[in-house]
Amino acid sequence: MIEHLELFFKSIFIDNMVFAVFLGMCSYLAVSKKVATAVGLGAAVIFVLAITVPLNWLLDQYLLQPGALSWLDPEYGIGGSQEMDLGFLSFIMFIATIATMVQLVEIVVEKFSPSLYNSLGIFLPLIAVNCAILGGSLFMQSREIETLGLALNYGVSSGIGWFLAILAIAAIREKIRYSNVPAPLRGLGITFIITGLMGIGFLSFGGMLTGGDEEGEPSTEAAINTNDLKIEDAKELADNTKIVK
Amino acid sequence: MGLLSKKDANLIIDPLTDNNPITIQVLGICSALAITAELKASLVMGIAVLFVLGVGNVVISLMRNIIPSKIRIIVQLIVVATLVIIVDQVLKAFAFELSKTLSVFIGLIITNCIIMGRFEAFALGNGPWKSFLDGIGNALGYAVILIIVGFFRELLGSGTLFGIPVLGDPIEKTGVYATGYENNGFMLMPPMALIIVGLIIWVQRSRNKDLIED
Repeated sequence: MIEHLELFFKSIFIDNMVFAVFLGMCSYLAVSKKVATAVGLGAAVIFVLAITVPLNWLLDQYLLQPGALSWLDPEYGIGGSQEMDLGFLSFIMFIATIATMVQLVEIVVEKFSPSLYNSLGIFLPLIAVNCAILGGSLFMQSREIETLGLALNYGVSSGIGWFLAILAIAAIREKIRYSNVPAPLRGLGITFIITGLMGIGFLSFGGMLTGGDEEGEPSTEAAINTNDLKIEDAKELADNTKIVK
Repeated sequence: MGLLSKKDANLIIDPLTDNNPITIQVLGICSALAITAELKASLVMGIAVLFVLGVGNVVISLMRNIIPSKIRIIVQLIVVATLVIIVDQVLKAFAFELSKTLSVFIGLIITNCIIMGRFEAFALGNGPWKSFLDGIGNALGYAVILIIVGFFRELLGSGTLFGIPVLGDPIEKTGVYATGYENNGFMLMPPMALIIVGLIIWVQRSRNKDLIED
C-alpha cells in the first residue's frame, strides 16, 4: 500500500511529466490557450495512459525483457540454451500498441458515449503522437516497475501530473492576455519562461518523499560526532594549555 | 551554389532562421530539452534527429502515393520507430555511456513532433530530393537550438564544454574561479532549459519584428 502511495505522489509532483522531464510539451504548448480545451486534452491523456501503460507492462514482462519468453518454453528463459532478448523491439511494439489502442478507444467511445466523444474525440488522434504517452511506457520500462497494479498506478498518476500542469498553464495564459508583456516575448516566449518558473516551483516537492525518513538518523549521528569532536577539542585544548604551562 | 537551385537552398536555410522548428513552429520540444545539460549529449541528439528525419522524409516521400490516408499515421510511426531502433542500437554498440545518459530520450524521437510534423506537412506532398533537403534543414534548425542551449547550460552550470574544463578548476580556484566566480548548479536543473529557450525566442523575435505574435 505504502509503495502505491509513494509512487502516486512521486509521479504527480516530483517526476512531473512536464516540469521534470518535458514530456508532451508540443501539445502542452499548442492546446493550452483555453482552460476548457486544456481540461479535455488532460482528461484524454489520463485515460490513454491508464490503458497503455499496463498493456505495455504486460508486453514488456511477457515478450520483451531478457528471458521473458520462458512461459513458452523454459529453453527461452535466462540461462536456457536459446536465451531470448527482444528488448530492441520495444520501441516499435510500444508505439504500435499505443497507436492501435488510441484508434480503438476512439471507436469505442464514439459508439457508446457520443457526449464524451464530442469532448474528448478531437484530442484522441493528437494523443497517439504525444510524447507523454510513449514516455510513460518507456519510463515504466526503464524504472522497472514491478507489478501490474503499480504500472496502472504509474499511468494514472503521471497522467494526473500532466493534467495539473496543462490546467495550470492554461489558467495562467488566459490571465496573461491582460498583462503588458514585452512584444517579442508575447505568446510562446513568455509561456516557456512561465513553465520554467513553474518547474522551479515543482522542484521544491523533491524533498517530499526523501526528507522525512533520512533526516532523523544522520542528524543524531552528526550530533554525536560533534559531541565527540568537542570532547576531543577540549582534551586537545587542555593538553595544549598544559604544554604552554 | 551550383548543386542546389535557390529554391532548394531555401529549404535548408529557412528552418535555420525564420522558420525554426523549435522557436517558430513549436515542434519537437518534447525530447529536446531534458538532455541539453551537456553539450555532447545535445550534439548526439541533433545528429540522431538529422539521420531519422533525413532518411524518414525520403522513405515517406517515396511511399507517399501508396499509403492510404486513413492509416498514414501508423505507417509513419512504424517508419520512424524502425529508424530510431537503428539509432538506438548503433549508440548502444559504439557509445554505451552516452546512450545511458540519453536513456529513454532516444526512444522519444519517435514521438518528436518535428518528425511527424515534417512528414505530414512536407514529405507527403513532395518528391524525395526536396523532402531530403527539407528534412536536413529542419533537423539542422533543431540541432542548432539544442547546441546553443547545451552550450550555455554546460558552460554556466559546470564550467566545461564537451566535458573539458574551460573556465579553470573550481576546487583549485584557478582561471576565472580565482576572481570569485562560481558555477551555477541551477543551470543543470531541467527548468533552466525552458528559460534559456524562452530567452532565445526573445532575442530572435526582437531582431525580426515580423515574427512577433499579437
